[in-house]
Amino acid sequence: MTTLDAITLSVIEAGLNQVCDEMDIAFSRSAFSPIIAEANDRSDGIYSAQDGSLIAQGIGGLPVFVGVMHYSTRTIIEMIRDGRCLPPEPGDIYIVNDPYLGGTHLMDVRFAMPVWRNGAIFCWLSNTGHWPDIGGAVPGGFSASATAVEQEGLRLPPVKLFRKGELDPQIQAIIFSNIRIADQRIGDIKAQAAALMVGQDRLFELLDRYGDETVVDAIAELRRRAAEQMRSRIATIPDGTYRSTAYVDSDGVVNEPLTIALTVEKSGDELTFDFAGSSPPCIGPMNSVLATTYSSVYLAMRHIFPDVPMSAGAFEPLTIHRPEGTFLDARYPRPVSGCAAEVSQRIAEAVFAALVQAIPDKVTAAPAGSSGNFGLGGHDPERGRDFVLYQLSGGGYGGNADHDGLSNGCSTIGISKSPPIEIMEQNYPILYRHYALREGSGGAGRHRGGMGLAYEIELLRGDARASFVMDHGRYGPQGALGGADGAVNTVTVWRDGEAHVPKHLSKEQDVPMRAGDSVSVETPGGGGYGDPLQRPPERVLQDVRLGYYSPEQAADLFGVAVADGRIDAAGTAELRGAVAGD
Amino acid sequence: MNEKKRINRGYVVAGVDVGGTFTDLILIDTGEGGRVTVAKTPTTPDNQSGGVLAALAQSGTPVEDIDLIVHGTTTTTNAVLERRLARTGMITTRGFRDVIELGRRTRPQPYGMTGRFVPVIPRDLRLEVNERMEASGRVRETLDDAGMRAAVQQLLDAGCESLVIHFLHAYANPAHELRAAEIAREMWPNDHITMGHALLSEAREFERGVTAAVNASVQPILQRYVRRLADELNAQGYLRDFLMMNGNGGMISARFVTREAAKTVMSGPASGVMAAAYTAERAGMPNVITYDMGGTSTDVALIRNARPAVSNEIEIEYAMPIHVPMVDVQTVGAGGGSIARLDDAGLIRIGPESAGARPGPISYGRGGTEPTITDANLVLGRLNPNRLLAVDNPIRIEDVRTVFAERIGGPAGMDGTEAAGAVLRLANTKMAGAIRMVSLAKGHDPRDFALFAFGGAGPLHATALARELSIPKVLVPARPGITNALGCVVADLRHDFVRTINRPVTEVESATIRAVLTEQAEEGRAQIDKEAVRPQQIDCVHSADMQFVGQTHLINVPLPSLEVTGEQLQALFETAYFARFRVDLKEIRANLVNLNTSVIGRRAPVDLARLIEPDGRAATLDEALVERRNVWFAGKWLDTPVYARERMPLHANLSGPAIIEQMDATTVVEPGDRVSGDVDGNLIIQIGSGR
Repeated sequence: MTTLDAITLSVIEAGLNQVCDEMDIAFSRSAFSPIIAEANDRSDGIYSAQDGSLIAQGIGGLPVFVGVMHYSTRTIIEMIRDGRCLPPEPGDIYIVNDPYLGGTHLMDVRFAMPVWRNGAIFCWLSNTGHWPDIGGAVPGGFSASATAVEQEGLRLPPVKLFRKGELDPQIQAIIFSNIRIADQRIGDIKAQAAALMVGQDRLFELLDRYGDETVVDAIAELRRRAAEQMRSRIATIPDGTYRSTAYVDSDGVVNEPLTIALTVEKSGDELTFDFAGSSPPCIGPMNSVLATTYSSVYLAMRHIFPDVPMSAGAFEPLTIHRPEGTFLDARYPRPVSGCAAEVSQRIAEAVFAALVQAIPDKVTAAPAGSSGNFGLGGHDPERGRDFVLYQLSGGGYGGNADHDGLSNGCSTIGISKSPPIEIMEQNYPILYRHYALREGSGGAGRHRGGMGLAYEIELLRGDARASFVMDHGRYGPQGALGGADGAVNTVTVWRDGEAHVPKHLSKEQDVPMRAGDSVSVETPGGGGYGDPLQRPPERVLQDVRLGYYSPEQAADLFGVAVADGRIDAAGTAELRGAVAGD
Repeated sequence: MNEKKRINRGYVVAGVDVGGTFTDLILIDTGEGGRVTVAKTPTTPDNQSGGVLAALAQSGTPVEDIDLIVHGTTTTTNAVLERRLARTGMITTRGFRDVIELGRRTRPQPYGMTGRFVPVIPRDLRLEVNERMEASGRVRETLDDAGMRAAVQQLLDAGCESLVIHFLHAYANPAHELRAAEIAREMWPNDHITMGHALLSEAREFERGVTAAVNASVQPILQRYVRRLADELNAQGYLRDFLMMNGNGGMISARFVTREAAKTVMSGPASGVMAAAYTAERAGMPNVITYDMGGTSTDVALIRNARPAVSNEIEIEYAMPIHVPMVDVQTVGAGGGSIARLDDAGLIRIGPESAGARPGPISYGRGGTEPTITDANLVLGRLNPNRLLAVDNPIRIEDVRTVFAERIGGPAGMDGTEAAGAVLRLANTKMAGAIRMVSLAKGHDPRDFALFAFGGAGPLHATALARELSIPKVLVPARPGITNALGCVVADLRHDFVRTINRPVTEVESATIRAVLTEQAEEGRAQIDKEAVRPQQIDCVHSADMQFVGQTHLINVPLPSLEVTGEQLQALFETAYFARFRVDLKEIRANLVNLNTSVIGRRAPVDLARLIEPDGRAATLDEALVERRNVWFAGKWLDTPVYARERMPLHANLSGPAIIEQMDATTVVEPGDRVSGDVDGNLIIQIGSGR
């Protein structure tokens, strides 16, 4: 490592990140599906030629993909070695979406391309895009009642989609015969492949400038340093064992909670994550595959230590015991559509809940942690056409050491914006009756949780079916250090004036609706942080003034008496004394 | 007496730009042998007019002798960023008062589950009334007049000075907002009433609502400022109307500017870009990337065909979109005051922490202790070490070098010079990367542009950045440090209009397109007619924002005339799409989202050659030589000539390495670069090959 000076190292690091960022941008800007173009549900990275380990990943990628392609690329390399996959030639691009081969759910389609230098593979470039449909029982792929992966859509092992730079028409034909709205997918396929080519061009420029050997040395050194950096962060955590539990409402088929039991062991500069005691594999689609489970832990650690570079080195000090026999290590043919959107966020919540005990200044109380996926499919008689709409929504973030949680923040695993109400009403036969802060939903605390969202959507014309893949309907996001839990997610379908609440609270498929019926959703508030009785009364008064809490809640949750828009000091002293004395 | 003076001078225009630290003035007398005066005074943050008047006083020209004052201000920008806003109420459709607080479910950064957001109007001043418009513009529920009156009264009782009326789908049918405003006007004591659809009539309730809320809450503040400045100028004998810079790079009379006060946010950066477009076009470079590096940040903008890119989607901070057309200036991080440090993995990091103006870089002698980019430039001989003597508490350069050795060089075994060199190189790499991302995100290759360097620190880094980006040419204008003030002098009058159509091209009648564009053009001409200044000519520029049906990104397509059919729109869009993404999608129909019109009143050209006093220029380059000193380039010290910019012959030619110093900036010419001066006093630098 003597040949590499600090500056060359820093510049090559910036160069590798630039390659990834440019792939991200190229993919988003030319992709056809809004889910990639607008919601950035995609990610791009550089992977080792030897074992597929992560070299660099774009900061603009969807957080849930942190580290995932590390596993899929490794699998492709192994399958090529074993002869289970055709050996690569220059210009080839593999496609794969098999969840059990280092993936997430079927909708996340990966492309992987070896980069050739002087007749050998220098590294792999890979990206993932969430396709709007991949076949299967329901449009969009989130079948809440699937019991086997075959019901969820087309499953592709690693095969060459491009051979020597040419799109293979046979593979394309197979794909297009198995997915909905296939005609628009060609735009996404071209964008996804073009992004890899952009990355290759930029990488070649970097290699030409600094020399292949120097870059190889730098990659090794950067990996070593990322590991060192993660170790130095971990070293700030007091040694010990930290336990937490998080619950998925149900698997969508069997109405019982799924338990994520986590034990985090901190020793020296290493962390060990053990999910022993978690629920066994489930019947419905809330199973997680191994790569998703691992990357959920990485994702949570990155939220806690955002400045550690994303490379395989950062994962080295993290040991995750394979959670065999649990729903976090699903094997074929377990259905898995819920793993990327919801289970991943519960795993992250378990990591937060364990580590907030150890480093309360770095970790927040639990965020809402659901993508809030509401789908409505039906027929619009006025326009004479079918429609499928998705409403993703945010929720409150957890309070933290410095301030209250953010209201209506994006899911833990996402970075995408929710669609404007006016655009939704333009495009679909629906009308929002309200779209508002959900008052009182933030968990009480010295720093309270952020507020969730409350909305109600009326179907204006025709018939439709509503589906929900949400979570936190049973238990709210966890408070920390004496803070209260955030409010639970609620779903109510109003049909002919009658309230219908899904049996599984946050999940249901194909609830029939007619014109005039409506769907009412309240998303979770964030967990509170610290003892609510320590919240300064003026802050509580301000919350009451802004309508975040009612005067009754101020008294009950925070022990602050508010009368006529003022703090009743005596009443507050009494309340706080009484509550504290309980 | 005045009459007598008038014989000797022509039309006198003063541009005054208020920046974070300095208020800059440029005064141009367009008469024969016309003269140019520049002035720089400290900005007076609490009432910016103090600095403006001081700058005018420093110019030496009596205010009464100035024919036109054009002014760029950060009054509204600061008001928003610091939330020092007028007490403002908002009345919305029932069920939607939280729209401006909820935002669109985002967080400020991809990683880290924290964030703070303070809405511009607090929740207790946001009320709701019964009314509902459908997306089609059909009335679903009529406006409750009595409820509206009650809400207005409640906000008056709460002490509100300004009011926003923001109803869903008002862009499709503004009838309810208009009626509500009529009711409010009967009760409201002033004219600070903003209707959501009035600034920009487009769908997206969060962005439209925030834009209207920002407008309303800065309106009284801007109005007070404009009145005070007008009074003070009046008192000094300037009785005419003065003009203000808008964020769209155009000017508007101070009499009208408050009505759409939100448009003045970003006024300063916009005027710099306008000056760049003007200067670069005259120099024969219609395509440039502007690179404005100051003390705390660096701004970048793209100019194509001498037109700055304009965006309707600027976000001035987290979750604070202002959706009116503004020059698309992107802040890309590092400035001269950005701090360099080693992280715990031993890698050099630059920023995001900045030493700002106080304590500032170590070399400012104001107590700064952390090494900054400015300090690195000093240690490497790029900035004049003698400047150290001029600061409050002089610092020894060897002490600065030692800080680099200790804080950056130490573990890697680098000495102070090498460490400073490493910081500079990394800072340049990062800035180059950021510039690439800005241009790529707009679908452009930076190599097709020249780099226009301005701001105090822009010319220090420009040649290194150009090399990094494979940009062949750098333009350093005559007065890099007062480019924003120059923008005030050269900018045109400008009004922008946007109408949302949002229908497939097959369903849009060409008569509709013609009617919308004609109406917008007429409205713009009518507004320009009201101005005190007469433009030389009026241009109307029309464009369409389009997308493929089912897609979300918009592409702006210039329209050749008012007469376009749906077929032609489809063809124009496919061509533009292919040019941008190299993807052909003939089978999919296009959607016409917006029709845009910009009406531009062109002003008389300004002679730039006098920005540097011609009499001060020497006959030969040698006479402009100040000294030779050692400057660090690519790992070694080179004996480098240092020239005084003001003394250099207009058409001087020289080769790097060289340093060119002037009052407001220092230009670094790297080894292998070729410099030539042009007729306007710009330095045109051809970047040499090799690194």
